[in-house]
Amino acid sequence: MAHFTKATSLHDWLNQRLAVDTLRRVLATEYWIPKNINFLWAMGMVLAITFALLLVSGIFLLMYYQPNVDLAFDSVNYTIMQEVGYGWLWRHVHGVAASVVFLIIYIHMFTGIYYGSYKKGREMIWISGMLLFVAFSAEAFSGYMLPWGQMSYWAGMVITNLFAGGSLHADGLVEWIRGDYVPAQAFLNRFFMLHVLLIPLAIIGLIGLHFGALRIPHVNNQDGEEIDFEAEAAKYKAGDKRSSKVIAFVNDFMSKDMMVVGIYLIFFFYLVFFHYDFAMDPVNFDPANGLKTPTHIYPEWYFLWSYEILRPFSTNVGLIAFAFAQVIFFLLPFLDRSPNAVPASRRGLFKYWFWAMLIDMIILTAMGKVPPVEPFGTIGFYAALTFIGLWIALPFITMFEKKA
Amino acid sequence: MKNSSRRGFMGKAFGAVAGVGAVGALYAMKRSWDPLPSVKAAGFTTLDMSAYKDNELITEKWRGKPIFVLKQTKTMAEKAEANPKDIERLIKVGDSYFMVCIGLCTHLGCIPGYNSDEESFLCACHGGMYDFTGEVTKAPPPRGLDIPPFKVDGNKLVLGEEGPEYKKMKETGVTL
Repeated sequence: MAHFTKATSLHDWLNQRLAVDTLRRVLATEYWIPKNINFLWAMGMVLAITFALLLVSGIFLLMYYQPNVDLAFDSVNYTIMQEVGYGWLWRHVHGVAASVVFLIIYIHMFTGIYYGSYKKGREMIWISGMLLFVAFSAEAFSGYMLPWGQMSYWAGMVITNLFAGGSLHADGLVEWIRGDYVPAQAFLNRFFMLHVLLIPLAIIGLIGLHFGALRIPHVNNQDGEEIDFEAEAAKYKAGDKRSSKVIAFVNDFMSKDMMVVGIYLIFFFYLVFFHYDFAMDPVNFDPANGLKTPTHIYPEWYFLWSYEILRPFSTNVGLIAFAFAQVIFFLLPFLDRSPNAVPASRRGLFKYWFWAMLIDMIILTAMGKVPPVEPFGTIGFYAALTFIGLWIALPFITMFEKKA
Repeated sequence: MKNSSRRGFMGKAFGAVAGVGAVGALYAMKRSWDPLPSVKAAGFTTLDMSAYKDNELITEKWRGKPIFVLKQTKTMAEKAEANPKDIERLIKVGDSYFMVCIGLCTHLGCIPGYNSDEESFLCACHGGMYDFTGEVTKAPPPRGLDIPPFKVDGNKLVLGEEGPEYKKMKETGVTL
C-alpha cells in the first residue's frame, strides 16, 4: 500500500490521493501546443464550449418537455416559451447552438483538410472527428423530432424512409425503426431517449477518443512542420521561451483560445437574442399532421449539401450517391496519396481540389434550399456529379503530387 | 503453463457465457423496438364507395397513412382503358372505377397534391408526378402509388384485408 503522511493542506491531501499536481501537469501546464498556429486552431475549444451550452440548456428544457404526441408541441411552444421563467432563453440557446455547432464543425473540418491535419499519424484524429460529426448529425436529427411540428414529423417520415433502401423495400425495417407504420408515439419516445441519453453518451465518449487521439501525434501547425516536442518542451522549460517552437496549453494557449471563445460568444448571444429565428423554421410552428405534407420539405442548412446529392437522381442512384457522400469523408486520409502534410496552397493541384470542394459544397447547400425547379435542378445535378468526381479524382491528383 | 491454460479455459468459459448473454440481450432489444401488438391490431378501415363524387380527391386514413380515393369520370375510365398500365390499377366497385392508393410518394413518402383540372398528382418535395390512376409519369418516384390491401365487399371496400382482386394485383406486380 502506498504511504500516506499527514496532510499539510487540502491541496496536499488531494494530491496524495488523486495526484492532482501530476494531472495538472500532464493535461495542462506541460501539454505542448505549437506556436505557429492561428485563430482557426481555437475551433476545438469553441466546439467544446458550444457543446456545454447545448448540455446546460438541454437540461433545463428537459424539465418541462413532454415526450407525448398530444403534449409535445404545447410543452415546447406554450409551457417552455410562455410559462417557464426564461424558458425562451434555454430554447433559443439550444436551437441556435444546434445550428451554429455545425458551422463550427465545418470550419474545423475544412481547417483540418487545408492544413493536412489528417495524415502522418493524425488519421485517428480525423476518423474520431468524423464519428463525432455523425453522432452530432444523429443528435441534431433526433432533437429536431421533439417539438413535434410539421417539419419534425415530415423530416422523420422522409429520413426513416431512407432505411427502406430504395428498391430493396425494407419496409419492415422502417416500421421497426419507427415502432409504428408512421411516426407516432413509439417513434417520438424512442427518439427522445436517443436525443437525451444514448447519443449524448456516445458524443461524450467520442470527445474523449478525439482528445486522446491528439496526444501522441500532437497538434498540427501552419506549416505542417514536424516538431520534436520533447526537445522544444525542454527549451521552454529551461526558460528559452523565445526560441522554443511550443507553448504550454495552460495558460499560454488557453488565454488566446478563450479570447477567440469570447468573440464567438458575443456573436453567439447576438444570434440568440436578436436572430434566433434563423434556427426556427416557421413550418415547424404548425403541429404535426400526418395527412398534410408541407408544400416544400427541406432539412436544416447543415444537411442541405448531402440532401442535394440525394435529390437530383432517381431513388436508387440517389441513395447510393447519398451513402457515398455520408462515408467518403472518413476515407480522406487514405484517398489522399501524397505524403505532404503542408497547407493546401503549397500542394499543387490539391489547392484547386480544396477550393473546388469547398465551393461545390456551398453550391450544393444553396441548391438544396430552393424548390426543385429549373435551372436549380440542373445546377444541383452537376454540383452533385462534381462532388463525386472530385473524390474519384483525389487519389490520382495526390499520387502525382511533387514532394513539398 | 499450467496456470495459463487454466486462465485460458476460464477466459473461454466466460466468453461463452457472455456470448450467449449478448445474443439474448440483443434479441430482447430488437423485440423491444418492434411495433406493439396494439399498434399492429388497429388496422382495418371500411369505406362506403357510394359516397364519392367524380374526379374529387378524398383523403381517408388507414394505419396512420393517408389513403387517396379518386372516383373516375367516364372519360377518365375510357382513357384508362386505352392504357393497360392504367386500367389494371383501378378498382371496380359496382359500375364505377376507383383509384385507391396510399397517398405517400413512393420516392420518400411526402404527400402528393392533386390537380383536378390536369387530372394529375404532383409531389412538391422532389417534383415527382403521377396520373389519375396513380401511375408514375415523372421521376424520381420509382413506381406508381402503392395500393393498400383491400377487399371489395358489395358497395364497400375494407382496407387491411386481402381480397382476390388485391392478390391478383400483387401477383401481376401492379403494386408491391
